Amino acid sequence: MYGMGMAKGLLVTLKNLAKRPFTVQYPEDRAVQHPRFRGEEFVWYEERCTGCASCAKYCPLGIIKIVTDPSQTAPDQGDKYRLDVFDIELARCMFCGLCVEACPYDALFMGSGFEQGRYSRKEMVIGIDQLRQSEKHPSTFFRPQLESARYNPHDGRPLDWREVGRESWRWHQREKAGMRLTPRLDAEDGGSLQSETQDDSGQDTAADPVENSR
Amino acid sequence: MNCVLTPDNILYHTPLYRVVYDLVGAFLPCWLAYVIAGLVIMFILANAVLLGAAVFVWSERRLLGRFHNRVGPNRWGPFGVFQPFADLLKLVFKEDLTPATADRIAFLIAPVAMLAPAILMLAVVPFTKDTALANLNVGVLYILAVTSLTSVAILMAGWSSNNRYAMFGAARGVAVLISYEVPVVLCLLGVVMVAGSMSLDDVVGAQAIPFILVQPLAFFVFLAGVSAELNRTPFDVAEAESELVAGYHTEYSGVKFALIQAAEFGGVVTASAVIVTLFLSGWTGPAADYLGWLWFLLKVAAVAFLFIWARATYPRLRVDQLMAFAWKFLLPLSLINLLATALEVYFLRDATGTLTTNDLWIMAGINFALTFGCVALFGSMIREKVRPLRPRSTTRGGTAVTMGEVT
Repeated sequence: MYGMGMAKGLLVTLKNLAKRPFTVQYPEDRAVQHPRFRGEEFVWYEERCTGCASCAKYCPLGIIKIVTDPSQTAPDQGDKYRLDVFDIELARCMFCGLCVEACPYDALFMGSGFEQGRYSRKEMVIGIDQLRQSEKHPSTFFRPQLESARYNPHDGRPLDWREVGRESWRWHQREKAGMRLTPRLDAEDGGSLQSETQDDSGQDTAADPVENSR
Repeated sequence: MNCVLTPDNILYHTPLYRVVYDLVGAFLPCWLAYVIAGLVIMFILANAVLLGAAVFVWSERRLLGRFHNRVGPNRWGPFGVFQPFADLLKLVFKEDLTPATADRIAFLIAPVAMLAPAILMLAVVPFTKDTALANLNVGVLYILAVTSLTSVAILMAGWSSNNRYAMFGAARGVAVLISYEVPVVLCLLGVVMVAGSMSLDDVVGAQAIPFILVQPLAFFVFLAGVSAELNRTPFDVAEAESELVAGYHTEYSGVKFALIQAAEFGGVVTASAVIVTLFLSGWTGPAADYLGWLWFLLKVAAVAFLFIWARATYPRLRVDQLMAFAWKFLLPLSLINLLATALEVYFLRDATGTLTTNDLWIMAGINFALTFGCVALFGSMIREKVRPLRPRSTTRGGTAVTMGEVT
């Protein structure tokens, strides 16, 4: 019969009236985000970065600017470059994450925030100082070692540079894929990672994010 | 100063007016007391409509939000109750623009003329026992006369704006108003026949059982017609946002826009009050002498919820569908209702022309059967005009050719 649809429609809306609101009152409550969320505030570990500029090369928009300084280092001995400039122009970033995928040393991570709104485009450039100082809540995007450790950037603690690399992921350790850190770096900090990189069996758990995030 | 309101005065039958008049008349000259009592009544009336509009705007936005699985406005005040006042404040401080080519006088008068019917309509509605602000013996007629003013106001707003969208909206609005007035008036006739009076106080008094049971068809048609006259969403072709920019109030801004909005939403409140009075037995209920106002408000809220519910559910009708709905569906239904009611009243009333409660129950039974029968009949008679296109094939020269293909 014509017109029955109208009654049905009324029932449908009435059902929706009884449901709980789907929206979240943003400043007070926040929607739960996936740990793989590709947010702003890129997380960068200077200790892991060699200044290879892979991220800048792979960026489809060319918005990463890196200036390295090879002086006072010994690159031919495996030493890393010092970085003078590392600018990411967030205003044009599309958060594809290709820079993170390109990073061979797990030095660059997507961030977990989304509240970097500014009043002018000039302010929307993340400089090297901001990258150094910001709290490290790396997204688990393209970082299976963080994901298997069940790290959640939204409620987890900030991670140290020793805890985020692929060498701290045991499965990779057995594949001997985590041997990339320069000896000099290890020697400087001297501690936990040295044993980890030299130990094939993967017994060391000092830098295991699983342990630390619990 | 011994002022006495004589029974030949039209306001003598308004107890509220007499109370104020006696109070003020004790120490003021009679003519001043007369004026002041009138001003007090007007103040109550205007504020009732405007505050009602504010409350309705808030509840509509909250409820629509919940219908859409949102929360709705919740920033200012508990549950966002002060949101309408924030909106009003914003509109008051906005620049009041008048188009250079507008007819300035009509442009200025139109919002006021739109708000006036909404306020005036409430004057004859009894809030509780003996509180109708003007207890007219032709209350129903008065309501019809006053609501017709809206079409003039809409035409004024649309024409004076000198804007084609406004003119489109106004033309549509007036067409809708005039079309839907016919079934609405015919429905009211049924109610008046059963009640035996045009005074809203008497209509309330006659409702031993609510007239929604006695006149279900009239209630349904009246609800649809009123929601069309108020430009509510299933029928809001006059201000269709997606077709015309904003319809007849495209060019309005600032305080005038606020007035138009207040007229629209206040109109819903007053229309709900009228529906409650005519069909839901007004302020009567348990302990009505003390709690009449509460029952009245609850019923108004229920009817307003119906309006909001319909708005959340139905998409906007096309203009031709709207006209067809009025002339092909509502008008026959109201005519059937009128005929049935007239026959029932003629055969059921006793020698003095009154109907007992038993008679009303009998009428309710007959009319409910009639309603379901009519709706089922009309529902089965209406067919979709536009059928989906099926590819037709024909043979031409021995080979099958699909029509429409270039061969």
